[in-house]
Amino acid sequence: MSTQHHVPIPKVGTLVAVWATLIVLTGLTSYVSYFELGEWNIVVALIIAVTKASLVAWIFMAVRHTTSLTKLFCVAGLAWLSILILLTYSDYSTRDWTYQAKPWATNKAAGTSR
Amino acid sequence: MDASTLGMWTFLITEVLFFGGMFAAYAVYRNMYPDAFASTSKFMDVILGGTNTAVLICSSLTMVLAVRAAQLSKRRDLILFLILTMIFGTIFLVIKGFEYHAKWVEHLVPGFDFQYDEPRYQHNAQILFFLYFCMTGMHALHMIVGLGLLTYLLVQAKRRIFNANYFAPVEMIGLYWHFVDIVWIFLFPLLYLIGHRR
Repeated sequence: MSTQHHVPIPKVGTLVAVWATLIVLTGLTSYVSYFELGEWNIVVALIIAVTKASLVAWIFMAVRHTTSLTKLFCVAGLAWLSILILLTYSDYSTRDWTYQAKPWATNKAAGTSR
Repeated sequence: MDASTLGMWTFLITEVLFFGGMFAAYAVYRNMYPDAFASTSKFMDVILGGTNTAVLICSSLTMVLAVRAAQLSKRRDLILFLILTMIFGTIFLVIKGFEYHAKWVEHLVPGFDFQYDEPRYQHNAQILFFLYFCMTGMHALHMIVGLGLLTYLLVQAKRRIFNANYFAPVEMIGLYWHFVDIVWIFLFPLLYLIGHRR
């Protein structure tokens, strides 16, 4: 059985401070949602969510104390997730774009693009 | 130790991509029907959802304190924090159950007599509620699995298995528990907060 003494033991103060920050951010994101900010509602909500998730991963999940290889795996996971979401999203959001050969010529001749 | 951490993270990445598929579906449909999706936020209970977010954050704190207790060979603390984590996890599921019941009463369960108060969004709002039940349902299933794993840890802790030289299972199940917390951290704003609140 291998010994695990090399793992740093987190300070209770650090853990409680992270917990308090997470609770405050939860209250903040709920409070902000009561204001109509248009597109900014999504931006603010996601920035706060990413901040909270990063705190949980970095401190609670102790990514800060893991090896470089584990950190690389975490980043690779995020890279694959962004490929999944970005490529799917870019496909669906551009499906309505109809292909036109020489759209400038068509516009002049027909007077309309569709 | 490093090997088990790396292996656990590899598993968690597959979990990220599993939930990522549903998040991608959410992004696509939100882009297609932004108005219908925004209109659903007023049917979500922000007080219950926010409370559940706080409950999960508290459970993450007690989980990380349980790992710390195991690292320090404090068996009594370990058992205490494992039980607290399980209590918070159970509170989350009970609140979630009340929310599901409210959705059922309000005819907001897709496929089962779904009735939306804005007829023009009848079909498109149903997509959001379908995603809502898929995403929160899979999340709740992960919570139930997590409670099972915590029960296993509790039994092992009572048998004095864990000490400063051996606590890898506590740490690995802790990683899983925090991951489930992170999923909810994204589900809460996406399902409850974005959109028109009135």
